[in-house]
Amino acid sequence: MVDVQGLVNELVSKLRRRKVEGSRATARLTAELLRSVISQSKLPPTNQPAALIDAVRDVGEKLIAANPIELAVGNIVRRVLHIIREEDHSNTRDAVEGFRLSVGGDNDYIVEQDHLNLSVAAQSSLCRPSLHALLERSPDSATTYFTATTEDDSEEKRKSLDPNARSLEFRRKVISAVNDLIEDINTCHLVIAELAVEHIHHNEVILTFGRSRTVKEFLCAAKEKKRSFGLFVAEGAPKYQGHLLAKELAARGLQTTVITDSAVFAMISRVNMVIVGVHAVMANGGVIGPVGLNMVALAARKHAVPFVVVTGTHKLCPLYPNNPEVSLNEMRSPSEVLSFEEFSDCMDYRIGTGAPQLHVGNPSFDYVPPELVSLFITDIGGYYPSYMYRLIADYYSSDDLVIQQKPAS
Amino acid sequence: MDPRRASRTVSDPKIRQVGFFAPPPDRSFSGPPDPISTSTPNPAAATTTAAAANTSSPPPISDLSPSGNSLSPVMIPPPRHSSDTTHRPVPFPPVSPLRRDTLSLTVGSYNNNNNNIISSSPTASFYDESKGITVKVSPTPAASSFPGGGFDLTAVKASSVPASGLTTVSVVKTLPPGFTETIVEKVGGSVEMQNDLPANSKPLKERTSKAERRALQEAQRAAKAAAKAEGSKLSATTSGAVASANAKPTKATKPSSQKNDSATVASSEKKGGDRPPEKDRKKDAPHPRMQYDDKSRVEKAKRRAVVKQTEARNRVELFRHLPQYEHGTQLPDLESKFFQLDPVHPVVYKVGLQYISGDISGGNARCIAMLQAFQEAIKDYSTPDEKTLTRDLTAKINSYVSFLNECRPLSISMGNAIRFLKNRIAKLPLTLSESEAKAFLQSDIEQFISEKIILADKVIVKHAVTKIRDGDVLLTHGSSSAVEMILLHAHELGKQFRVVIVDSRPKLEGQLLLRRLVGKGLSCTYANINAVSYIMHEVTRVFLGASSVLSNGTVYSRVGTACVAMVAHEFRVPVLVCCEAYKFHERVQLDSICSNELGDPDAISKVPGREDINYLDGCTNSENLQLLNLIYDATPSDYVSMIVTDYGMVPPTSVPVIVREYCRDQVWI
Repeated sequence: MVDVQGLVNELVSKLRRRKVEGSRATARLTAELLRSVISQSKLPPTNQPAALIDAVRDVGEKLIAANPIELAVGNIVRRVLHIIREEDHSNTRDAVEGFRLSVGGDNDYIVEQDHLNLSVAAQSSLCRPSLHALLERSPDSATTYFTATTEDDSEEKRKSLDPNARSLEFRRKVISAVNDLIEDINTCHLVIAELAVEHIHHNEVILTFGRSRTVKEFLCAAKEKKRSFGLFVAEGAPKYQGHLLAKELAARGLQTTVITDSAVFAMISRVNMVIVGVHAVMANGGVIGPVGLNMVALAARKHAVPFVVVTGTHKLCPLYPNNPEVSLNEMRSPSEVLSFEEFSDCMDYRIGTGAPQLHVGNPSFDYVPPELVSLFITDIGGYYPSYMYRLIADYYSSDDLVIQQKPAS
Repeated sequence: MDPRRASRTVSDPKIRQVGFFAPPPDRSFSGPPDPISTSTPNPAAATTTAAAANTSSPPPISDLSPSGNSLSPVMIPPPRHSSDTTHRPVPFPPVSPLRRDTLSLTVGSYNNNNNNIISSSPTASFYDESKGITVKVSPTPAASSFPGGGFDLTAVKASSVPASGLTTVSVVKTLPPGFTETIVEKVGGSVEMQNDLPANSKPLKERTSKAERRALQEAQRAAKAAAKAEGSKLSATTSGAVASANAKPTKATKPSSQKNDSATVASSEKKGGDRPPEKDRKKDAPHPRMQYDDKSRVEKAKRRAVVKQTEARNRVELFRHLPQYEHGTQLPDLESKFFQLDPVHPVVYKVGLQYISGDISGGNARCIAMLQAFQEAIKDYSTPDEKTLTRDLTAKINSYVSFLNECRPLSISMGNAIRFLKNRIAKLPLTLSESEAKAFLQSDIEQFISEKIILADKVIVKHAVTKIRDGDVLLTHGSSSAVEMILLHAHELGKQFRVVIVDSRPKLEGQLLLRRLVGKGLSCTYANINAVSYIMHEVTRVFLGASSVLSNGTVYSRVGTACVAMVAHEFRVPVLVCCEAYKFHERVQLDSICSNELGDPDAISKVPGREDINYLDGCTNSENLQLLNLIYDATPSDYVSMIVTDYGMVPPTSVPVIVREYCRDQVWI
């Protein structure tokens, strides 16, 4: 356990010092850390899932607090929690069914009743609330709304039958699901890249902004399919990641032109499509991307150029943004835009009346409202911004939306 | 009559744009409802109208001539044709209101213009002016009474145009004391010329284009004219017919050129009146710029070039029509050639080198440097034997201009200034001695700099400062001299406001502005252009400079301006563009690609002060990788709330009006 604690602290400090760059790297590190947390945490013989959830939630809370701007951390923590819950539910269902099969001949009415209710509860919580299910639910089964205690009691009963094997099995399943998640994060750009040929045609002119691995793979995939197209890369000050992207793409044989960010408006009239990677996708379909993205999106709308966001599902955040320009943003060092040697005297608080004469604004993120986004291309297909909330329901359980707040018990 | 009137109304809407400011009530004279106009007091008017009727002159420009006198303009003064006649005090009260009736019935309005001129000019200077011609046209003394016949129309117009400029733009006007003398001198010369060459109306036309000259002329010769005027007025009616007959040949062509509208006046005046109108109209459109994808022309230009430029290896396909040269290679070469015998004047050479090295940048600075260099060059100029100053000096200036153009593509403001200078040279009276002509040109240039640039900036500052309130947060992009003056002036006035300077790569001119503003004690915020949508939340006004304003309202300015204006528009923040009127241009442009300037591509790959950013260091030779350094972009007029110019604060839709009324063909002064 010391081991895990050490790992947690390491990642926390990394996040806090902003040593981890990029949502993909963050997501992968978080998922790997949570995997080791799951595998090494000591679970009580009873009520394993709840304990596991608590453990993961604890770690997640620390990680999120370390860098609240990096939404991918929270996303992964929620995804892992969701996995645990799902496994738990399917476990219960299996157990119930198995139990009913084995107990079948034994006519104990009370037990029977109890397990019937349990199974209904498990199924109803597992299944999405479909109209069919809502209709089928008989009015007299008010007992389906189970209290946690009865569920736990029944689980306790069940686990006491074969505690060790069951616990191992459960943990193994969760871990393999988390492994799948990590695999998804690692390979999502390849899956997205496969969709490239559906969206890029010959002689197209594409503009991109900053650097994104997903975008790079997306464009390269189209290139490999013998599509020839021109590419403008805006450099994306103050990080200038666009330079790097342009270099990589040129090395792959794409016809690349680097432009300054200020020339985006001038060039966008000749562009067929804007393809960008983003930092996070919010539940309303808005995106948080590198600073300057909003400008690009506005220019694209002015010229009716499709603004396409390519993103892995790990960037999908179940939160709705409120004043995201401020609340989901952080300011970087002024030295990136202005040299301290020249202007340090004006930025000094001690001179004058206390307020510095010169402020430097250097935010790192920009929020693009959903109405400016034409399309999301994810590893599970293309979606319109207004559909994002529904995808979120698939990947996150509503109990986990707020992680910071500890459960009352 | 009807067709005539209809066609007159065709030209109406163009003028109505001026009326952004309350339209004068009596401008409707061209329409039937209000045929009675105040400004036809002179009995001579009737005669001229009759005469004109005979010639069946097509409808001309000056339809709104009688208007304008009064209500002028909050911001833009009334169009020049009208104003020249109208704001001088009308000496006679309207004799007979009914006259207007007959006039409007019988006459194309181009004659009305003449009427107005006659009626409104207090003295008989016109008669005098036209004397030389009237001798030719009709022997009767009465003939002199209608300029429509004998006097060259275009000349009248040309001379009258600046008058309007003078009076209406009076804010700007403070004539340098030395200026008047030269004018008087010149005018005298021209008068003599007139008498010498009665048959040739051309020199007269060329000479009389200035308001000041005209005014002085009138004053000077009022007495002389009076005698003749007396006689002419008496027999106006009778002479009308004769004169019209005589005048026919000239009139037939001239009015037709006028019908194109004031726009053509300039060119027709330059070329002489006897040109078919279609040609004039064609001349009128701005020349197409040199397209660098035209191989033969590029080759030709190269042979003439002083600056040896190596073409960039890796050219951006979209911009093949623009010059793409390696930057920084020419400078050492040129510097070494400085002391060699060269057709380029050393001062001009120096300015060219400063352009290349970037020591002089910014529209106004470049324009002033160029004009001052030309001033020096003119000072040192001497006409070679067997050549005339007008032609030879124009050729010289042309060679200088092409040299400067090779150093760095000319800005639109410089193009306008060059046009002004060339026009001035072309209009030099032949009688002037060389030294006089040089002094005249130098003072002209001086005046252009002081009035069109320096005073214009002052007026702009005065206007724009009224838009700054306490507590404002003003955003500006890059470094504009006009905006800087506005901010400093507002600060001097004690207004409490904060400045946000948005800057963009690769020039980072905003840092220089920031330095200067902080030095003056303004409280500033500095941000990269990418942060503009973050910072725009707190901004209450956006002030932008411009390299030029095109006549479709497009603001052609430092790259990034369009982005800032767009974001401001999105955040409902008013965008004020500050631009001197001499930078306006009648070109139109929809995007930033057809015409632009390409900077040094290497500036893109190097990020000053960020040595860690060196991804592109070795890549400039890669075939697939191109670097594009655009210098300008075009901001659509929808994003511009207001253009602050020396003629006042106007919406972008009024730019073509200003271009046509004031900037056209150097009505400048």
